[in-house]
Order: sequence, then C-alpha cells, then structure tokens
Amino acid sequence: MQSAKLKINKGSIFNPFKAIRFLFKKPKTLRYPFESKEPALRYRGFHLNDWDKCTGCGNCADICPNEAITMVEIPEIKPKPEEGIKNERPQLDYGRCCFCGLCVDICPPGCLRLSRDYFHIHFDTDTFVFIPKDEKTDEEHFLPEEKYSILQASLAHRKKDNEGFTSDLGYSLFEPERVPMPQVSPEERKLSFIEQVIGYSKEEAKKEASRCLECKLCEEACPAHLKISDYIRAIYEDKSDESLRKIFEDNPIPSICGRVCMKYCEEACSLSIRGEAVAVRWLKRFVADSIEDYKATLELKPAKPTGKQIAVIGAGPGGLSVAYFLRLKGHEVTVFDSLPGGGGMMRIGPPLYRLPLEAIDKDVNYLSSLGVEFKFSTTVGKDIRFEDIQKDYDAVYLGIGTTSSRSTRVKNTDKAVLALPFLSENKIGRQFKVGKEIIVIGGGNVAMDVAREALRLQHMQYPGEKVITKTVSLEDWNELPATEEEIEDGKAEGIQLNPAWGPKEVKLDETGEVKGLLCMKVKSVFDEQGRFSPTFYEEKEMFLEGDMVIEAIGQGADFSFLPENLMKKLEFTERRKVKVDEHGETSIPKVFAGGDIVNLNLDAVTAIADAKVAAEGIDKLLG
Amino acid sequence: MRELELYFGPQHLGMVGNFSITLKVEGDRILEATANPGYLHRGFEKLMEYRTWIQNFPMVCRINVIEPDSMEMVYAMAVEKLAKIEVPERANYIRAIVLELARVGSHLFGLWAYANMLGFDTVAQWAMYHRDLVLDLFEELVGGRVYHIYIWPGGVRRDFPEGFKDKIVTTLHAIGGCVPDYDATFFENRLFYERAKGIGKVTREEAKEMGATGQVLRATGMKYDIRKVEPYAAYDKVPWEVPTREDGDAFSRIWIVRDEMIESVHMIFKLLDKMPEGEVYNRIPNPFKWNIPKGEAYVRVESSRGELGLYLVSNGEDKPYRVHFRTPSYPHGLTVLEKALKNASIADVGNTMISLYVVAPEIDR
Repeated sequence: MQSAKLKINKGSIFNPFKAIRFLFKKPKTLRYPFESKEPALRYRGFHLNDWDKCTGCGNCADICPNEAITMVEIPEIKPKPEEGIKNERPQLDYGRCCFCGLCVDICPPGCLRLSRDYFHIHFDTDTFVFIPKDEKTDEEHFLPEEKYSILQASLAHRKKDNEGFTSDLGYSLFEPERVPMPQVSPEERKLSFIEQVIGYSKEEAKKEASRCLECKLCEEACPAHLKISDYIRAIYEDKSDESLRKIFEDNPIPSICGRVCMKYCEEACSLSIRGEAVAVRWLKRFVADSIEDYKATLELKPAKPTGKQIAVIGAGPGGLSVAYFLRLKGHEVTVFDSLPGGGGMMRIGPPLYRLPLEAIDKDVNYLSSLGVEFKFSTTVGKDIRFEDIQKDYDAVYLGIGTTSSRSTRVKNTDKAVLALPFLSENKIGRQFKVGKEIIVIGGGNVAMDVAREALRLQHMQYPGEKVITKTVSLEDWNELPATEEEIEDGKAEGIQLNPAWGPKEVKLDETGEVKGLLCMKVKSVFDEQGRFSPTFYEEKEMFLEGDMVIEAIGQGADFSFLPENLMKKLEFTERRKVKVDEHGETSIPKVFAGGDIVNLNLDAVTAIADAKVAAEGIDKLLG
Repeated sequence: MRELELYFGPQHLGMVGNFSITLKVEGDRILEATANPGYLHRGFEKLMEYRTWIQNFPMVCRINVIEPDSMEMVYAMAVEKLAKIEVPERANYIRAIVLELARVGSHLFGLWAYANMLGFDTVAQWAMYHRDLVLDLFEELVGGRVYHIYIWPGGVRRDFPEGFKDKIVTTLHAIGGCVPDYDATFFENRLFYERAKGIGKVTREEAKEMGATGQVLRATGMKYDIRKVEPYAAYDKVPWEVPTREDGDAFSRIWIVRDEMIESVHMIFKLLDKMPEGEVYNRIPNPFKWNIPKGEAYVRVESSRGELGLYLVSNGEDKPYRVHFRTPSYPHGLTVLEKALKNASIADVGNTMISLYVVAPEIDR
C-alpha cells in the first residue's frame, strides 16, 4: 500500500484518451421515465394501511419523530371498544414524513406498511396530507399494472401489490411475548387446593409492565374503565403505591379482580393481535399483593358525613363497590349478606386454587376499615324484612347476583348435584363427598371450576386410585364459552372434555344409584337469530359412565325476598334482566340495582361498572 | 500591489456544499483565508435533546448526507454503552460491512467532487455511476438510498435479504474491475499529478496540532485509524491494512482515498467469508418506556473523513440530556483549510478544500 506502486512518471498525457472507447459502448444511465427502474423490495415509500386490521391505537403517531402522523376520526368506521377497535386512522403529512419506518416497526397489528411508490405530482400542496389505505380497502386508487401510468403517479394513483418495507415481528419495537407467569404444575396442583398462579416477582412485574405501549385500547374495553396504562406505568416506575391509588379510583377490590377478572382489557390489548396481551390482570394482582396495608398507602378518607343511610343487599363485587364509592362521598352504608363473609359469588364460586379466601378478605377488610358496616350471615327476607330496610334507609342497592343453579331437567336429574351448592360447600370447608367417575354438564367457566374442583376432591378422597372427571357440553370446541386458559389448564390436569354432546337422561342402576349419563349429538346450539335454542340428532347416542353427575349450566336470580307487591312493580327486560335507568335506578323508586341481575355479562368487573353508575345515581338522588 | 477581499462561496462553482471562505488576496496569492461556517446549521444536537432515544435514530443520519452510516453507528454505540445493550455477533459483521460499503460510496462521491473540480468530467461521471451501484445495494438492504436508518441500538434493523451476499460481491467486482480505467485516466495521469502535487500541504506536526484525522493525517505518514486504534464492530476480526503516504499534499490525500476504497472492498470480502449465522438484533426496551440510566459516554468511529466522535449524556430520562458530535470536517474545514490556503493561489482553493474532504453539513450540524 505504499508509494512503490506509483507509476506516475511513466504515466502519459495521452492516458485519458483510453476513455474514448466508452463512446461506443451502451450508456450506463437510464432514460427515465421511458426506462424505469423498480425500487427494491424493502423500499421505504408512501404508506399503506389495512383499515380492516388497523385498531386506531395511535402508536404510529406517538413514535413518529416528526409528528407527521395524526390520528383522525373516520365517521364511517364503527368503534368496537370491546374488541379494541377505535374509529381513528392515521393521517400522514408528507411534508413532514422522513420515511424512517419507525411507525411500521411499532405497529402492533402490522397493518401499517410502506409501499414502493414514491411519486406524488400535484399542484395543490394540501394533497400532501393524506390518509393511507391499501388495495384491500381502496380499490379505486390502487391500480393493476395495465391501468397504472407513471405520468399520472400520485398518492391517489398507485400501483397495486407494491409493498415495500413491512413489519417483521422479529424486529418489532414492542415485545410480543409476555413474561411467563410462574404456576404450580398440573400434577402437583390437582392434588390439593393450592393456589395455582404464584404471582409475579417485582422484577417480573416490572418487566411485564414495560411492555405496555400505553395506547389505552384496554381502558375503553374495560367496563369499569380503569386507568390501566397509568397504573401499569406506575408499576414500571417502581411505584406500587401510586399504582394502587390509580386502581382504587375505579376498583375497590383489586385483590379479587387481580385473580378472577374476565380481563376484557387483555382481549382488546393491541399486543394481543400478533403476540400476547400485556398481563393486565396479573399486574393488578401484583400491586394488590405487594401492598400489605391498603389503608396506610391509600390514605383515603370519607367526605364529611351527609347523614344519609344506604342499604346494600349483597356483598359481591357490585355491592362492595357501591358501598365503597358511597362511603367515600360521606354516606353511611350498611351491607347485608347471607354468607358469613364478603365477596358474594366470589366467595362461593371461584375455587380456592383460583381465589383464596384471604384475598377476598383483604379487600373486604379494607372497606370495613373505611367505615362500611357489614351485616354478614343475614338473609334479607328471612332475618330481616325487605320492607323494613326500605323504610329505614334513604336508598337501597340490589346487588344480589344470580345465586340459584339451573338444572337441565332431563330424566333423573334429581339424582344429580347442582353447581353452586357443590362449590359453596367446598369453599366453606365442608368437603363434598365425590364419586370416582364424575360427569359435569356444562361448558362455561363455572363448569370448568366444578370439574377442576371435583378432580382435586377425587385425588384427596381417593389418593392413589384411578379417578376420572369428564365434562359434557352442548357447544363444540370452537364455541365453548369457558376461557381458553381454563380449558387448557383443565386439560393439563386431566379433565376429559366431550363437546357437542347434550344430556338425554341420567341412567340409574337397580339400586337407584347414578351409573352414567346418556348423551345425544348436538346439531346446533343457536338458532338463526343467534338465540340459544339447541337441536339434536336424537338417534346419535353416547353413554358416559359415571357415579356422580354435576349440573353447571347456568344460574338464575332469586327474588323471593321481595314482597309480592314490590315484585309486581319491578320491571324486567326482554332477556329477563332487571330494568334500570341511566342512573341504575329500578322501576321501584329509591331502589337501585346492578351486576348479574341487570346485565348480560355475568362477571365482577361489569358489576363494578354498574356500581359506579348506581353510586353516582344514589348520590345525586340524595343530593 | 493592492490587497483585495474575495468571497469564495457559497455560490461559487468551485465550492462544494453550503460553505464559504473569505480570502484576502494580493494578486493571485492568498494572504489569509477565513472559513465561514454556519450556512447549514440545523441545530441537530439541540433537536436531539427533545426526542426520545429511538426517535433520534432516524435523525442522526441526516447530519452527514454523504455517509449516514457512521453517524448511525456512533449513535448506536453510544446508546448501547449507556444502556448496556449487547449486540449479536452477526450484527457486528453486518455493521462493519455496511460501514465499509458506505466508505466506498462516500469516497466515490469525494472522487466525483475532486475529479469534477479538476475538470476530469469523465472520471467524475464514472465515480457517480459507481456510487449509484453502491446505493442500489443499500436500497435493497435497508429500503432507502441516501438515508439508511439501518444501524440501530441493539444491532441492525433487518438481516440480509436472500442472495444479498452474492449481490455485494458482484457489484464490488464490477466497480473493482474499473480500477485500471480509473488509474489510466486519472490517478496515473500526468495532469492530475501536476495539478495536485504539493497543493494544500500540511506537515504531520501541523496536522496533529490542529486535530486533523483521516486521510489528512494519514497523508502525512501517520498510521492512525480508529478502526485499528479502538476496534469496533468486526474490524478486529479480519486482517487489513491502513494505507498511508508521506507528502501531506492533495495528491497523497486523493491517492489514500483510492487505496482505502480498494482496502475496504477486500475487507468486505473477508468479512463476508467470516460472517457467522444467527440473530442480528437484540430487542431494545419498549420505546415509550425507555429511560437510559444516568451516565455519559464518548464513543468514536472512523468515518470516511476521519475520527467521528459522539459525546452523549443521559440524565436517566427518556431523552438525551446533551448530545455533541465531534466531526472530522470541523478541524479540516476550519483550521487545516485556513492554514493550507496561506500563500496558495486562488486557482487552488477548490483543489485544497475538496482534497481535505470537507463536508459542510458536518461542520455546522
């Protein structure tokens, strides 16, 4: 590499003339636009956006270094908050865009891509502001090769199938996989009622919290609209107390909800589209578990006493929440419940391996420390008359839930056990005597609870012996109402599922004991209008052996505590739900209601949402 | 004779870039030259304080249009150092290959400017055409021709597309095959020798004193290259040479540009041979929740013009607290240029400046 190579002195002044031969060669340059050059496959040109896949999460707008992206409302699109879909779509300002493609790498659904188009010729600079679509959602402006002319090329005259820089999960700016939740193994957990989910450690929770992109689709999906992205950010910033305060703004039972919430938020999470949703529920549980003393952390105090008295019937999630919100406003609240402790359906329903009683009591005790008065083991209609409550209190809230199990009423079901008595007996500590081969009828979450609990009891009552628990459900695999998580966990523990079979008859042996269930094949579960109306192939039968049948096909409300005259006044909707107005008030004045008896979502967080509405309504009513 | 003040640039045929020099002349002789930067000040360092760590990634490349990759590299290295992010081995190789490709592209651009200035239009056209072939490679790899936005904290943004190795080899062979033509028409041409020999001379001591690096320093015989002194990416994985020359004039500097290009091409071939398989990106944290621990870092790379350094300070927040670039054109375009122009003739201003490889956007930032 040294000057030895230099041959300058030999170099001739005529050397450059050697270049003359190039005059007779084909030129290297392109005669543009007659000769065109195709941009590379990864070219970063104008944007493409698949409107059908786009959720309107706005992460692209947040990451854009030049603020070139604005989310604009599209009136034609119907927002679907429960699916995590907003009616906003990104609008590009090509006067600002630098074509870096960060928007592509952050896009959770992967709908925003860059094309290989790069021409825009127009006399009006306003056309630089543009809402991108793609050939799937806009056939008018994305043209096939034969209709495309480079002389008209613009944002509104583009080539079809001309994708350039697209999203790749391996290089995305978000983490698609969640931090795995440590759990007790199926082999170990099926032998006892040990809590299955161990819970995140501080580091795990922080790492999981760091995945949240803060697009807030979850907050719109949550019936109670918890400030999810705020409390997750607080976890990420190591401020569990701040996080708990954020949760308590909308939800006073985080220890319960952190374990058994139906997590609509996670369904809507933008990360769930191509990866796993942020573990919102487990993060809430982490906050609730990591703080020993709610009271010292929250420092909440009820407002100045108003002197008004409110009765809440039912200490379930709805009743607890309404009590909490009203107590903070300074009202005197008394909660009546027939059970010996708080939680309502949460106390009897979810088995101990999902929701231990201590977790429930932690939330309930905090409410009680705020000054909410609890009257447990008090059945309204039996220990105290409803009319008296109505007379003594300024307002009443009915959060009674659906507490009576329904039966299939096929032949011999009097020999079968109902789900709720089964679950509640076990929960209170009086173990149900189970058989060695159990058949559970039902395909929902309660059926899974019953089956998994029955399996544990079998292992405890017949240690080392061969035991079987199976379920029968009308719904087929793809339409099972139980959550996938429950089904997978159940299968891992050894539950045998028999979907798309309907019960025909409980068969008895000579001594009148259960010997099995005769089933028939299901033709369809729902009718054309989508209503529940099962049809069967009567001739296709299957016999399942078993010595115990448990029915877990749904629950109904028990209004027997209401006197006849009030029952007549109480109006119901077409779907047999209690009719309430926008403040949660029923057709009986000063009587409010919420939860499972009002809405079709039978879960805790919806009950909390109802409670928020009713609490506002009651407060307004009492002035 | 009467003293005159002349303005050379920014609107001047001999000037490349938004830059100007005020010359105090007596006849044809320059008594004093004053460089005037500031035409291209865009305030990048300040702008970067207002953008998050990832938002700065598409920004840094804009500081130097001609060779964006070393800018991206230096930013990625600083962030990785502060945030303690590891880079996969394959990504290090890809980074080195990309940086060397960028060096070739940048040198060809420099050759275009220099040859054009001397009136060697044919060579200038060739250099521009060959640079375009390198840009084609970049387009295929990164999706952009000029701003690559490719080397990011944690590795590189995408792996090589299918068949890309072969394409690099083919393209570099096509360019390398033209070296005899370049030599015959330009480098070994008597006219180039006569025009460049002894022009813009800087001694080694002067160069060191003024903070010159890159070709300017190597043309004075000093073997100084950050890739050797403080190896980064995969530069310590393959053998290669640092070309030097003794005279410290424009002629030596342009020859070094030529030799470096050839060395880079050989290095790319060696890197391609040795490149391991595997991941090319270790995922960075969620950009909306990415706070980098408090600290400061100074990192440096050898850009196609010399030592490019970045001083980056984090206050533990989601944005940098302070950003400062040490760009090679700064000393070259200001102090070295002023020194080299003393007693030169007006006709040699462009010759000196372009041989110093001054890139105006680097000076101003």
